[in-house]
Amino acid sequence: MENYWNQKYEVMEREELEALQLERLQKTVERCYHDVPHYRKKFQEAGIDPSDIQSLSDITKLPFTVKTDLRDNYPYGMFAVPMSDIVRIHSSSGTTGKPTVVGYNRHDLNVWSELMARSLVCAGAEKNDVIHNAYGYGLFTGGLGVHYGSEKLGASVIPISGGNSEKQVMIMQDYGSTVLCCTPSYALNLAEVMKEMNVAPTDLKLKVGIFGAEPWSDEMRNQIEKVLGIKALDIYGLSEIIGPGVGMECPYKKGLHIWEDHFLIEIVDPDTLEPMPEGEKGELVITSLTKEALPMIRYRTRDITTAHYEKCECGRTHVRIERVSGRSDDMLIIRGVNVFPSQIESALLNIGQVEPHYLIIVSREGNLDALEIQVEVNQELFTDDVKGLETLEKKIKHAIESTLGISVKVRLVEPKSLERSMGKAKRVLDLRKK
Amino acid sequence: MKIIQISVFIENKPGRLSAVTDILAENDVNIRALSIADTSDFGILRLIVDKPELAYERLKEKGLTASMTNVLSVRMPDQPGGLANVLRVLNENEINVEYMYAFVSKATDDALVVFKVENIEDAEVKLKGTGINLLTKDEVYKL
Ligand SMILES: [Zn+2]
Repeated sequence: MENYWNQKYEVMEREELEALQLERLQKTVERCYHDVPHYRKKFQEAGIDPSDIQSLSDITKLPFTVKTDLRDNYPYGMFAVPMSDIVRIHSSSGTTGKPTVVGYNRHDLNVWSELMARSLVCAGAEKNDVIHNAYGYGLFTGGLGVHYGSEKLGASVIPISGGNSEKQVMIMQDYGSTVLCCTPSYALNLAEVMKEMNVAPTDLKLKVGIFGAEPWSDEMRNQIEKVLGIKALDIYGLSEIIGPGVGMECPYKKGLHIWEDHFLIEIVDPDTLEPMPEGEKGELVITSLTKEALPMIRYRTRDITTAHYEKCECGRTHVRIERVSGRSDDMLIIRGVNVFPSQIESALLNIGQVEPHYLIIVSREGNLDALEIQVEVNQELFTDDVKGLETLEKKIKHAIESTLGISVKVRLVEPKSLERSMGKAKRVLDLRKK
Repeated sequence: MKIIQISVFIENKPGRLSAVTDILAENDVNIRALSIADTSDFGILRLIVDKPELAYERLKEKGLTASMTNVLSVRMPDQPGGLANVLRVLNENEINVEYMYAFVSKATDDALVVFKVENIEDAEVKLKGTGINLLTKDEVYKL
């Protein structure tokens, strides 16, 4: 028997769900037009009146919203309610330029808590659980989002926040934490510390981990599940939309359910911005349907994913997106084909145990784009045999070509011959731009 | 009679070979024999040295990809038919040679050849009593 937090909405038949979405979309567009000068101007420039939205597919008539729109209206310019109604402010770190500021009124906080409670239950949590919340508390939405959702659910939340791993392990052990919420890399870090402290996974009561806020892979999931002896599930969210709880993976691991009674999603070609056919990879675009303080129309997340609309084994009817596989900013167009470095990465991951460093070099030979992938030969990949290395080269070439659908040249290079910047490897060298 | 060969992955571009030999020189490692198998892009440098474990560790520390492989080293008279005789014996004993390379030493008038064979344990047994003169580790490292 599946557990739901809000069964009525979570298993709602698609027809009814879409009717609800349309009604909420129309209301949102109306409010944006009347209450946010930025939207009114954009709608007018596009020659759109709120009454033009007659079906869900009419959403394509609306202009996109991008992160710079928030920056241009820094800090509160895109709020649709007076500051007296705002009860919470969060902001993103903003590695370049000004941060983006988001605000919530009381209704928005209720929605957020509802969606986080839903996400926790979707992951298998219930009110008897002890939720170890190691997401950072503060301007970042992770900590407080999980916190309020846990309280709404009625679980016991430990607001431990990040850092001090040894103390975290001690508390997990002594307080009987059953659900771990943190970034996937921090989960692996905790596992390391447990090992050093001679704490076995069986010494803990953990049963499930809710991991997000950074990109990860299936390989990483397998590793976390192995070393911590738990089910590791993916959560999706971004502060511009609401924070964590926009989407949550259920234990069937067939993608993340996006809570569609509150969000309308589209998958578009990041280059042409045209809708992608169902099941194809593209950029995730989200429109908020119930947010009052900071409604978002067609927000370009820059996250690359694929959407699946068939009903899930868990009974939920809400669309599932695949784990985010890259950022649209990283996209390369090679001979007219969209290529993401993450696709090359996942092809390489299937070759060996350890992910080799690689560099993608794009150049132009005559009128044709040429793609060369340099792969560092590490100890694991090396064989004392020319034929063996040539076979490896062919295997990599085949894996990448079957993923990308275009021909590439693969060149094996020595370790550390590829440039590292700030500890991270530089992945792409586009020589066409000169 | 197995001896250890160091194999190093190198790119086929100027300066890579000397990068390896420089590391060995800095660590006082003497090269006894050397061969390169290469393609247009990369090569495998194969080395017999006097301190293989040390060489292997230092090369890895410097970020190179290296491995240790067991090979056989055969001493044969430096005269016509010397190698042919050895190859015939290997063939008769169904020992598959993956690759081989010859080297010389001032210490002996004999010719020395390194063989990488498919199944080295099996080969060692089969070669016993055939008159093939396999060198020991010490003999090779002290050449
Ligand atoms: Zn599901």
